[in-house]
This record gives sequence, structure tokens and C-alpha cells, in this order.
Amino acid sequence: MSYIKPAFHHPSLKPNKVGYLKKDYRGVISTLCAGCGHDSISGAIVQACYEISLEPHKLAKLSGIGCSSKTPTYFLSNSHGFNSVHGRMPSITTGANMANKDLIYLGVSGDGDTASIGMGQFVHAIRRNLNMVYIVMNNGCYGLTKGQDSATADFGSISKEGNANPYQAIDLAGLALELNATFVGRSFSGDKNQLVPMIKAAMSHPGFAFLDVISPCVTFNNTKTSTKSYSHVRDHIEATSTLDYVPFEEEITVDYPEGESAEVELFDGSKIHLSKLAPDFNPTDRFTAVNRLHEAKSKGQILTGLLYINPESKDLHNLMGTSDKPLNQFKQKDLCPGSTKLEEINRAFR
Amino acid sequence: MKPTDTKDPEYFHKVVDCQYACPAHTPVPEYIRLIAQQRYTEAYMINWESNVFPGVLGRTCDRPCEPACRRGRVEEEPVAICRLKRVAADNKGEVKHLMPQGPFEMNGKKIALIGGGPASLTVARDLAPLGYEIHLYDEWNKGGGMMRTQIPAFRLPEQVLDEEVNYILDMGVHTHFNTFVDSMKGILDKKYDAVFVGTGAPKGRPLRIPGYEEGKDNIHIGIEFLAAVAFEHRETVGGKVIVLGGGNTAMDCCRTSKRIGGEEVTVVVRSPRKDMKASSWEIKDAELEDIAIFNNMPPKEFVIENGKLKGVTFGKVRAEYDENGKRSLIPTGESDVFIEADDVIIAIGQDNAFPWIEKDLGIEFGKWEIPVLDKTTFQSTLSHVFFGGDAAFGPENVITAVAHGHQAAVSIDLFCKGESIHDRPDPMTNLVSQKMGIHEWTYDNDIAADLRYQVAHADKSVTLKDRKMEVELGFDHIEGFKEAQRCLNCDVQTVFTTNLCIECDACVDICPTDCITFTDNGEEADLRTRLSAPAENLSQDLYVSEILPTQRVMLKDEDVCLHCGLCAERCPTAAWDMKKYLYNVTKAYQ
Ligand SMILES: Cc1cc2nc3c(=O)[nH]c(=O)nc-3n(C[C@H](O)[C@H](O)[C@H](O)COP(=O)(O)OP(=O)(O)OC[C@H]3O[C@@H](n4cnc5c(N)ncnc54)[C@H](O)[C@@H]3O)c2cc1C
Ligand SMILES: Cc1ncc(C[n+]2csc(CCOP(=O)(O)OP(=O)(O)O)c2C)c(N)n1
Ligand code: SF4
Ligand code: SF4
Ligand code: SF4
Ligand SMILES: [Mg+2]
Repeated sequence: MSYIKPAFHHPSLKPNKVGYLKKDYRGVISTLCAGCGHDSISGAIVQACYEISLEPHKLAKLSGIGCSSKTPTYFLSNSHGFNSVHGRMPSITTGANMANKDLIYLGVSGDGDTASIGMGQFVHAIRRNLNMVYIVMNNGCYGLTKGQDSATADFGSISKEGNANPYQAIDLAGLALELNATFVGRSFSGDKNQLVPMIKAAMSHPGFAFLDVISPCVTFNNTKTSTKSYSHVRDHIEATSTLDYVPFEEEITVDYPEGESAEVELFDGSKIHLSKLAPDFNPTDRFTAVNRLHEAKSKGQILTGLLYINPESKDLHNLMGTSDKPLNQFKQKDLCPGSTKLEEINRAFR
Repeated sequence: MKPTDTKDPEYFHKVVDCQYACPAHTPVPEYIRLIAQQRYTEAYMINWESNVFPGVLGRTCDRPCEPACRRGRVEEEPVAICRLKRVAADNKGEVKHLMPQGPFEMNGKKIALIGGGPASLTVARDLAPLGYEIHLYDEWNKGGGMMRTQIPAFRLPEQVLDEEVNYILDMGVHTHFNTFVDSMKGILDKKYDAVFVGTGAPKGRPLRIPGYEEGKDNIHIGIEFLAAVAFEHRETVGGKVIVLGGGNTAMDCCRTSKRIGGEEVTVVVRSPRKDMKASSWEIKDAELEDIAIFNNMPPKEFVIENGKLKGVTFGKVRAEYDENGKRSLIPTGESDVFIEADDVIIAIGQDNAFPWIEKDLGIEFGKWEIPVLDKTTFQSTLSHVFFGGDAAFGPENVITAVAHGHQAAVSIDLFCKGESIHDRPDPMTNLVSQKMGIHEWTYDNDIAADLRYQVAHADKSVTLKDRKMEVELGFDHIEGFKEAQRCLNCDVQTVFTTNLCIECDACVDICPTDCITFTDNGEEADLRTRLSAPAENLSQDLYVSEILPTQRVMLKDEDVCLHCGLCAERCPTAAWDMKKYLYNVTKAYQ
């Protein structure tokens, strides 16, 4: 038997608005361990892009190094991509984004790739409010290098290797909130109902949209004693809300009970609808989000959902006042106006 | 929904669409794989065990399996199941030694089989090896029934039929050929332990419209015409021929006429094309031989001139359907059409006829001379008399006759042993994992994306000159292999073990046809709308797990599963396994 994917698809799954089938958003068969949470996140990305009728050539997927950073091969085979070096995905994305603001930038990283070697890059991308979706596939370990504890491994958590982690964990969602990230969400690879709309919302957010997605490593960190295992996460998960992403052109068709729901309108006119599970939770209030995160943590709970969104977000291009026309569309003539003009500019500084 | 009971032998059987649709439940994917491996003899024997006439059926079967084939739901056309069967038959090696070999130890019981068609022959095949003394009566000089008298030699060469009929007759069957049984009482008086009636539906319907009596010499009943040609009682037909009727008999009549002198052969059907009973491929084959088919023209009158048939006048109609789909043919008001003819062949249906069964023997008949029978046991109201094939419920086809024969044989065997014929043995089933190692399964899931291969035809300049020359050439080895690779292996079942699943979603993500969903349980109708892809084909089951730790259930829509095994491949805990399901329908000799 060979390990190949047949070309057929489900006949009742119709093409989306731009004429693509779900399979057109898929990638090659994953080489990650069977059951890896990262694959489910890839599945959620495929689902989200199919549902929002994204044209595949309008997205660029970028990553660093790690099992998580390998996943762009396993989704969106028809999109642009760049697999950079360890921890350097944010700077590559910054460059790409500066050159062509017309694409959607989807950065995929791991907890090692982000919270250790790439930490410096990560925080600066937040500070600049770079317009991108930044997904951390968070498994609490360095999967690719055989499961060493990462900086997000919880204190005391015991992976397959067998020793309790002696260090405090970095909470990436908490850090992003602290740094004023304009969109912060947390989810779980095993909860597509929550994850798929969250990815869609993140893609329409103008600015840095950070998703910390807990993603169990079946091989090195799925022991009963690990706080990033399927069973531990399922037993301790707590959601602020369930959300629905409603694109701009669509009517809201579901009736949400008053008082128990909130609506956030996004920059492009699309809406996020939240059915609140925690009654006094307000996703546009950063302080409650921070408090809630701490509270949950002290109770050993994992808080998920859309934690914070700043509807007034202004991305880097906006902050810098760059031209409306993407840089990569300028011809040499525009970018290099000639020596007479240069002379003129230089004169102005004398 | 309740968890699926996979212990029910019919659950996985139903997933193997082709086998389930086959009246004799032939294990289709099993023989198709053997053909791909060029193990033709084994492929033939699998067929022979189920359907007794692989060579015949590989050319002539009505193929109820093909419209059911799953491949037809994921792309345009089903697997050419029928023509692959012929590949096995054409290329097999020596098979006789693999069949039951006489002489058998006799059990002292005597059985009479009336009629020598596929139904009776199947009963003989199943009971002779068990030691029954079999007496087979037929009015013709050879066995085979309508397979010989009706199916023309250009579709079924005589030696193919002879070979498969003889495998059975050679099991020590006592044949009484050239014997028309004209009295059931006479048979009953001979004190057989059981009697099986497999006399078919031998009466062709006449068409009594004006001119019928006067034109009689040139107006023929289709099945009588075909039998006369088969037995060489008729060697020619007039140059202009009209065939009335839109079924397979009409197609055989027109194509036969074309070979024995008919130059302008026309088929006229009273109903629209889409309502024609003939199989689409038979219609196509007739048209390839330049036979015109006219629809919506009911015959009004046989026109006679100087005491001789001159042609037929037809009215013109259009079909209208009421809300129940019931059709009525409404005259369009256009003027009648006259078509000239030297001969007219009427092929508008067959009826059962039992003039030879006396009405006072305790064998009851219902409407249209159909015997009153138990649908499972085929027992008549006289306990030791059984019916099967076309004689049982009206005209069907060879494979249905075979299926009846197997079941009647089970009943006769139980009856003769003094056991209840309603306590029938279960079908033989077997479910075995196909896993050999990492990424290693015993079956080849690398199915071909190719469109269905067409069977080549011999050139019509040759075939139209010789009525015995077979038209279809059959697949060669390479085409056979390629066509076999289109089969999805639907018998390799996806088997789910709830307590192994960690709900990681890997199977959901990998499935190329979005068959798998994890969701909250509910009513079936509601669940069908909530799956990864809507499950709109209600004839296909949803496979439901027990309740999982998250309180959800796993649901798999069987409809368009490709049996690729990727779910099992990606499952970290082997909660999915691919297991081959073998299902052998209950038989007398199992
Ligand atoms: C023109 C035509 C073409 C067909 N083509 C196909 C095809 O391509 N594929 C397919 O699957 N099916 C085809 N069929 C149908 C198929 O032939 C029958 O359904 C099938 O043969 C029925 O089998 P049986 O065993 O019930 O009886 P039959 O095959 O009808 O055999 C019954 C036998 O009993 C004999 N008999 C009847 N009464 C007596 C009696 N009183 N005493 C002694 N003998 C008697 C008959 O002469 C006959 O030989 C065709 C039918 C016709 C008419
Ligand atoms: C510069 C550099 N340093 C170290 C490595 C070795 N290395 C490869 S992957 C990896 C950690 C990946 O962890 P994470 O980002 O969490 O990804 P995961 O495999 O867990 O998804 C390390 C340290 C490297 N490839 N490059
Ligand atoms: S694909 Fe093969 S196994 Fe499946 S229904 Fe068709 S012939 Fe049968
Ligand atoms: S075998 Fe498994 S993965 Fe393949 S189509 Fe069927 S359910 Fe989907
Ligand atoms: S891949 Fe296996 S363990 Fe994972 S959800 Fe599917 S059946 Fe369950
Ligand atoms: Mg990691």
C-alpha cells in the first residue's frame, strides 16, 4: 500500500464563492506524527480559508523551524510561502508585508520558535502592530528536536522524558496582552468549533492578530502528567465565549439571547459574534482580559476564546503612512527618480 | 442515534454496494483485486461459487451492481464490474478440479427440476454434491433455458454457455431433454422428495390490433423468433423489419434481424426514450448497428394488401406524468405514420404460463398466474414444490434466477432433512485486519483516477454478416488491470474502536472525502445536516460510535468513503483499522 491521497472529493461539498473546493486549500500529506495537534490546526486553517472564500494566491504563509513550522507544507499548497530560519519568521514577514501590503500574512510558529529563540522578533512584531496572523502551535516542548521542555511548559509539568519542569512558564497570550497586541486569542487544536471562526476573525483583523493554540505533541508530551496533553487540556479548558465570524456580506441569521452575547464589528465590516460564557467578560477591555487570564491560571484552568480585540487597531502601514500602492508595484522609474532629483533632495538638506 | 451494531452481518455487507446490489451477492471487490493480480482462475472461482455462470454473466448480466457502485458517486461512471468478470472467465486456467467432483455419496433423496434454465441449474449445482439424485426436465435438446434460446450468439457464444452448463450436468445430473412436461400430476406421481419449477416466463405477449390475424404469417412473437433463430429453424427474415417494443428482447430481435437478411430494421416504441426498459448499453449497441429507434409511436394497425402484410400504421403521442409519476400517453394530434415492413416482430413482454400444472394439486396461483410463494424460501402452497427464476415472480434476469436457485436449494435441503426451512443458516462472514506494518496494508489503495474503459467491438462489417460472431472483444490483460484499479475496495471496512480514540481529529483532517465528524449526538435527520459534509444520500448509513470522553460521538457517513485507509493510517492509537469483510450468502453446501 502506498501513502497517497486520492484525488476525489465529497460530491456534496460545493465550490465556495470564488470557485474553489475544500481540497484546493489542502497541502500534501503531513509527515508529522499521527495524532499531532499541529495537523488539526492545519485542518482548521484549510477549513477557515475555504469558508471565507479566500483566493489562495492572496495569502502568504511563513514559518520558522520546528514541527509547527513545517506545517505550511500541509495546507494551502496554492498559496505563497517562505520557510525561514529558527525564530526569524517575524522579520521575514515584516519585510514581505512592507513590500506587498495586498497579501494576507499567515505566520506559523512554535512555542520554541517564538518563546525562546524568536522572542525578540516576536515582541517587536507586536510593538509595530504588523498586519499578520501569528499562530503559535503550542505543545510545551521542542517537538522536532525530540521533546525538550520549552519556555511555555508549565511549572511542574512532566513530559515523557520524566522530570518535572523546574521553571516558570511564559504565557504568550499574557505577554501579547501586556505588549498591547490588538488581537489576542487562545484556543485548542482539538476544538475546531472555536478555532475555525477565530482564525477567520484574525484574518480580517487589521494589525497583529495573535493566536496561542494549545496543540498536544502525541509523541513527547501527551503523558497524563503533562499540562499540554489531550486529556489535561480537555479537563481544564475554560472558554470566555464561543464565537461566530460573520463576513461583511452576510446577514446574521442566528438569534443570540440578549445580555449573554456581544458583537464586535471589524474594520472590513465583518462581525464577530460572541456568545458569552463568562457573563461580565468584555473582549474589548484589556484589563478584564489580563485579570481573567491570571485568575484562570491560579485555578489551574486554561482560558480560551477571543481574549482581547482592539477595534480601533491601526497597522504598521497606517502608522508609517506608506503609500496605498504596494511597494512591489512601483517601477524602477518611480523608485529611482534619477540623479537630478537626487541632487535636488540632497540640496534640501544642506 | 444508537451506536452502530457492526456485528449485524448486513451492516458491513451494505457498505459493499456492488455486492449488496448483486442478487447473488457476489464478492465483487475480492475478485476484482484478483484480476488486477492476474489471478484469473481464483477470480473465476469466486464468481462461480456465487453466480455459477461467470462466463455467461460477464457478457450478459443485467448488472444491477453497476448503478449501485460507489465509484459512480465520486466520479462519472461505475467500475465495469460485469466486463471484468469476463476477463476472469476468458483468462482462467483449468477450473474443473476446483469444483465438486463426483461421484458423490448418494443420500437417497430424489429431486425433480422442471425447466433447464439458470434457476434449475443452480439448484442442481448446489444439491448434486450433497448426494441428491437430480432429474432435470427441459423441452429443448440442451440445457441453459433462455440463455440458449433467447440470448443471441453474438452476445453469448455457444461454447461459453456449453462449458458452464456442462460443469453442472457433469455432476451426475439425470437429464430428460426434449421432454415437455405436460402434467405436474405426472411428476408428483413419480414421488420425488421435492420438485423445483424453473420453467421461466415462456409466453410472449401478442398484439391484437386490426390486421393481426390476416398478417400472421409475417408477424412474429419476439421470443419465439429468437428461439427459432437459435435452433436454426429460421435462417432469414425480410429486408424491411419493424420491431415493436422497447425492452432488451426488442434489442436482441432487431440486432438478430440485421444479421439474417434485415436491411432496413426499425424499432418502434410507444413510450419516450427515457422510459424504455432496455439497458442503455443494449440500446447503444443497436444504434451502432444502424438500427433506427422511434419513440412515442404506438402501433394502430397492421396494414394488409392483397392478403399480405405491407407495414404498420402508428399514432403519435407525448407522455404526461401525474404527481405520482403515473404516465399517460396523450395523442399529439399529428397525422399517423406508416412504415413499410416485410416482417414485424412483437417484443412487448412475456408472461408466466403454467397450463401444465393442474389446478387441483394444492398449488395456488395469484394474479397473472404468478404462484403463491414464500419470498424467502420459495416454497409454494404444496410443501414439497418450490419455484424459482422467472417462474417465481415474473421475468427478471439470469443473476436473479441464480440467486433464487441458491435459496431454493437451501430450502429443499432443509426440507428433505426434515428441518424447518425458516431456520436458515447465517451467511458466512469474516472480518480481518489488513494491517501488515507501518504504511503497509495487504490491499492496494492506490486507486486509478482513470475514467471507465470501454470494451472494444469487432468491426460491424464482419459481425453483421455472421450471427454467431461475438461483437464484444472483451478487455485484454492491460485494460483489465487498469479497469480493476478503478475499484475502491469497498469491502475493506473502516472499523472504529471507541475506547481507543483520543479525539485528536487526525482522521477528520486527512479524510479526502470528509466522511468523518466528531459532534454531539442527536437524531439521524438532524445529524445528517451537521456533518463535515452533508449526508444527503439517505440510502447510505451513518456509522455511529459509542459516547466518547468529550460526550461527543464519532460519525462516519459511509456514502463516499474511498476505503483509502488514510484515517487508519493517521490514527495514532489504531482506533481506526481497515478490515476486509468477506460475506458469503447462505448456501445449501456451505
Ligand atoms: C430476448 C431475451 C434476452 C435476454 N437477455 C438477457 C440478458 O442479456 N441478461 C440476463 O441476465 N437476462 C436476459 N434475459 C432474461 C433471462 O434469460 C431469464 O431471466 C432467465 O433465463 C430466467 O431463467 P429461468 O431459470 O427462470 O428460466 P429460463 O431460462 O426461462 O428456462 C426455462 C426453461 O424451461 C423450459 N420449459 C418451460 N416450461 C417447460 C415445461 N413445461 N417442460 C419442460 N421444459 C419447460 C423452457 O423452454 C426453458 O428452456 C433475456 C430474456 C429474453 C427473452
Ligand atoms: C538556530 C537554530 N537553533 C536550534 C535549532 C534546533 N531546533 C530545531 S527545532 C527547535 C525547537 C522547535 O520547537 P518549537 O518551535 O516548539 O516547535 P515544535 O517542533 O515543538 O512544533 C530547535 C531548538 C535550529 N534548527 N536552529
Ligand atoms: S468501487 Fe469496487 S467495491 Fe466499491 S462498489 Fe464499485 S465495484 Fe464494488
Ligand atoms: S477510508 Fe477513511 S480516510 Fe479514506 S475515505 Fe474512508 S473514512 Fe475517509
Ligand atoms: S485519528 Fe484516531 S484517535 Fe484521532 S480522532 Fe481519529 S479515531 Fe480518534
Ligand atoms: Mg513546540
